Amino acid sequence: MTTNTITKKNSVPDFLPVGKLNKFVRWESFLVIILFGVCVLNSFLSPYFLDPWNLSDATFNFTEKALIALPMALLIIAREIDISVAAIIALSSTVMGLVSELGAPLYAVVVTGIAVGGLCGLCNGLLVTKFAIPSIVVTIGTMSLFRGISYIILGDEVLKNYPDGFDFFGQGYVYWVVSFEFVTFIIFALVFYWLLHKSIFGRRTFAIGNNPDAAYYSGINVNRHKLILFVLVGLMSGVAAVLLTSRLGSTRPSIAMGWELSIITMVVLGGVSILGGSGTIGGVVLAVILMGMVTFGMGLVNIPGIVMTIIVGLMLMFVVSLPVLISMYKAKRQRQV
Amino acid sequence: MKPFLANSREGFLALVVVVMFFAIGLIAQDFVSISNIVSIFNDTSILMILALGQMLVIVTRCIDLSVAANVAFTGMLVAMTNNMYPELPVALLIALALAVGALLGAINGVFVWLLKVPSIVITLGTMSVYRGMTFLISDGNWINSHQMSAAFIDLPRAVILGIPVLGWLAILFILAAFVLLRFTEWGRNFYSAGGNPTAAFYSGVNVGKVQFYAFLVSGTLSGLCGYLWVSRFAVAYVDVANGFELQVVAACVIGGVSIMGGLGSVFGVVMGALFIGVVNNALPVIGVSPFWQMAISGAVIIAAVIANSRSGKSKGRIILRDREASQAAVAVK
Repeated sequence: MTTNTITKKNSVPDFLPVGKLNKFVRWESFLVIILFGVCVLNSFLSPYFLDPWNLSDATFNFTEKALIALPMALLIIAREIDISVAAIIALSSTVMGLVSELGAPLYAVVVTGIAVGGLCGLCNGLLVTKFAIPSIVVTIGTMSLFRGISYIILGDEVLKNYPDGFDFFGQGYVYWVVSFEFVTFIIFALVFYWLLHKSIFGRRTFAIGNNPDAAYYSGINVNRHKLILFVLVGLMSGVAAVLLTSRLGSTRPSIAMGWELSIITMVVLGGVSILGGSGTIGGVVLAVILMGMVTFGMGLVNIPGIVMTIIVGLMLMFVVSLPVLISMYKAKRQRQV
Repeated sequence: MKPFLANSREGFLALVVVVMFFAIGLIAQDFVSISNIVSIFNDTSILMILALGQMLVIVTRCIDLSVAANVAFTGMLVAMTNNMYPELPVALLIALALAVGALLGAINGVFVWLLKVPSIVITLGTMSVYRGMTFLISDGNWINSHQMSAAFIDLPRAVILGIPVLGWLAILFILAAFVLLRFTEWGRNFYSAGGNPTAAFYSGVNVGKVQFYAFLVSGTLSGLCGYLWVSRFAVAYVDVANGFELQVVAACVIGGVSIMGGLGSVFGVVMGALFIGVVNNALPVIGVSPFWQMAISGAVIIAAVIANSRSGKSKGRIILRDREASQAAVAVK
């Protein structure tokens, strides 16, 4: 691989240890192997695993989260994070419920949902870029704020009057077992693949993540770029809110509680460095499917949901420690040589 | 020298808390009384104790999101132990809570110290692991007040000199934190490790180890608060203190602890916690639905960080990044 060597030669010395291209290839193939293993294990554990309808049902559990994981990968690569995404879903879903209650037509409900998400993202982005506040604090604040507004509007009420046809987004099938949700995910995965790996926007994202100062001095408008990324995350949270609300058929302020954890886990499991500067959409997509299959398999053998959160948590801890352990091991071996 | 209140951010915050307190008193006369001040302080004690531990963590440039899950796990553990062996003295149970809390905190600390993993990811992970473990040990069951011994429940509410033991504990930890952070080398190291890790490293401070201590303290205090929470509310269940970690971080941020590390004072954190305490206590008094609480604390966090980002502009620049410091640390080893 020629590109590989070129990247290596030109790389800056303070490049992250996980940022090397050859390591990525290994990480993704590692994911593929584990995914394969999980699928084989699942089909042994339960005869119902390899049923097309069951597999299709399983995709519903992760597509909404996965839709947010895609822009979140870009955001984390650019050294920022957004932990308010689940709260954005709650607010967007609540506002969609309200406009439906007022008799808005189908397209208006969907546009409102996505627009509210975009506005929330804009709010995060402006706070981070205008006031130079770390995104983790901003989004801890907006996390309570967005969900709090949702609680103010709804209290302990539930909204469930949606226009006709709204249920298609979360429950409809495009062709045979292929759901609308899954098709949406595939399309957005391709879009974000192009955006991160084939476009100038993506190169700039990596540049900012590797060295924001150098990126700034090379003429990249770092703040505007980050603002766009936050808006993207917001918009995709809006899209996820449309799908989730449509699938559940109702809205409560507690909707999507705790999702930020699984979304960030997906991104980190996909090989995106939490310190920024490296990661691929392919890895994230693999991680998403892997987590979906693990959850589905555990569901098949009746493991309760909260035990799954333990496993997801342990997986997250293991995955972030692994690159460090590998580089420690390598450093140790180098010193011995 | 300018007057204290106008000069420092903590002083300004204290002024805001006092003004807010009396403004609410104008609407609801009963609000301003010695007994209500004691009760607000008592209600805020657990938040204050947790926020003091969190402050150490944030000052060293980390964050501990697992505190609430730690509270739930240790709370459940001591409540179950008390239920099964009611004859065990409470002192032993408190020792158990402290030890278990310290262990859970140390797990976070080890990952941050030895593996150099970002604390936000690790504590996000341990947050769900500890919460899940609470479910595993309790099997989803509740421990109610009739399953707890009288001594277990009565300790935090025993009144000494007009203040419950819970409040006295908070006062004790505030004073201890103040003395430790101001007058001991051990305490000053938290600030140097967070303020400029590179400089701290070259002055012989083991930054990772200091961060480990911060997590250890935060975990130990969470363990104690696990007991306090469960005995105060006389109930233990899996979702105890769910989401409370955000209030703890909020108390720190409102109190002027910089998330970039190196800045923060005990007085500020106490005021930040009291701010939240006064707001929470005032909402029902002035007839606002409790559903407003979450949005208000969110808005206050944002307002506080904006205010802090403005006032922190004059701070010295950090020229070397901490990553280089850690690389240098590895190279020297």
